[in-house]
Amino acid sequence: MGYSGFGIIKEGLFGQKGWKPLWRDPAPKARYDAIIIGGGGHGLATAYYLAREHGLTNIAVLEKGHIGSGNIGRNTTIVRANYFLPGNQEFYSHSLKLWEGMERELNYNVMHSQRGLINLFHSDGQRDAFVRRGNAMINQGDDAILLDRDGVRSHLPYLDFDNARFPIYGGLYHPRGGTARHDAVAWGYARGADQRGVDLIQNCEVTGIDIENGVVTGVQTTRGPIKARKVGIVTAGRSGQVAAMAGMRLPIESHVLQAFVTEGLKPVIDHVVSFGMGHFYISQSDKGGLVFGGDLDFYASYAARGNLPMKEHVMEAAMTLMPMIGKARVLRSWGGIMDMTPDGSPIIDTTPTKGLFIDCGWCYGGFKAVPASGFAFAHLMATGQPHATAAKFRLDRFRTGVGLMDEEGTGSQHNLH
Amino acid sequence: MRIECPHCGERDRREFYYVGDAVALARPAPDAGPDAWDDYLHNRDNPAGDTNDLWYHEGGCGAWIVVSRNTVTHAVHRTKLAQKAAS
Repeated sequence: MGYSGFGIIKEGLFGQKGWKPLWRDPAPKARYDAIIIGGGGHGLATAYYLAREHGLTNIAVLEKGHIGSGNIGRNTTIVRANYFLPGNQEFYSHSLKLWEGMERELNYNVMHSQRGLINLFHSDGQRDAFVRRGNAMINQGDDAILLDRDGVRSHLPYLDFDNARFPIYGGLYHPRGGTARHDAVAWGYARGADQRGVDLIQNCEVTGIDIENGVVTGVQTTRGPIKARKVGIVTAGRSGQVAAMAGMRLPIESHVLQAFVTEGLKPVIDHVVSFGMGHFYISQSDKGGLVFGGDLDFYASYAARGNLPMKEHVMEAAMTLMPMIGKARVLRSWGGIMDMTPDGSPIIDTTPTKGLFIDCGWCYGGFKAVPASGFAFAHLMATGQPHATAAKFRLDRFRTGVGLMDEEGTGSQHNLH
Repeated sequence: MRIECPHCGERDRREFYYVGDAVALARPAPDAGPDAWDDYLHNRDNPAGDTNDLWYHEGGCGAWIVVSRNTVTHAVHRTKLAQKAAS
């Protein structure tokens, strides 16, 4: 079933009774050509691109809960391509291009809104760093505009420009950055994969990975064993547990990242804005809620909820940057489980087990990566070779020290990202 | 989350700096080889449940503390000076 403006008018006239479920609810078959463990954004995108780009349609996505119940439905929805290091740059640039064609390609409204992203800076040193980053973005073929104070003021007149401690010097403007409706991205890819014959199997938890003589042969699940010669692990914060089923220890520690949303307000924040002197970023959803977040709580956690100190930091940063926000009431807050690597960059690679692949380590930046991660992981699973845009996301870079991508420049070590 | 410092008593989490999994208590020998060192520096069990990690009482007495806690519930079971845990 395709969607169109005509269809929406027709359903409006006839009581909205013609809508059908977006995907089937199949029982698992005994055997597939490939299995994706994890029905989040990355897993669904992988299945979609395996079917579309590589003609692999006898595949299954195994999801222990329901589609969209993990980080894909719990993030702050920001889409951008403002990375600095080779390896990350080409990947996120590719991802943004896939975002820009996503709605047309999936025939699904993901409410992708390129409203522009402004990263503020508050010192001369920070300005230099942003000039350099902006040049790197332009060299990659993406867009970056350096704004001075007046330039920022023309976009964001409501900021506290002359804050005594953190005056605003300017900002790096990335006009193609923005937001998207996170759940719709999962639903769009799920529908697209299902239409191409992919089985999306929900409430199906993988409990074991079958390996014979170093070759993967299938998985054990709560809905019975399933055979496959290729298995991809795409389980975000739970990557450690799933990889352990294949005897692997990963360079990953799972941390909690909190996010917040206020009651719905009239349009007030038109862009995505980030503060440069504390970890705080904000945008306004189409429903009107201010969606904002900060840094990790900085301790290993699977609790999917955070503690008060980081809440306090985020609220303080918000009040410092835009005092008007004090009038908004916080509706709710939550936490997601982040698969943190030592250098803060992801992993898309083969494993020591033949036929077993892994896509993980997205840290706190996985949402914008959904299309390109699925694209690259599908390429790797289908051809055995890394895709050019994700060739540097190697699992062994920590062991060799070659090709570490420490975007923040804080050091490649757990607890620093 | 509040953490019991063996010297100072129960304190706010903000007084402590989180170092990570308490792997430092089982540091490989200098000549243990690259695999052992790679595993020690980078790879983690990353358990969903009980774990031991290392915290530094930065805003207090400066002690290194092994905290036994649960990563799912955030319950802190017990704490011990790293000095004693290692010996």
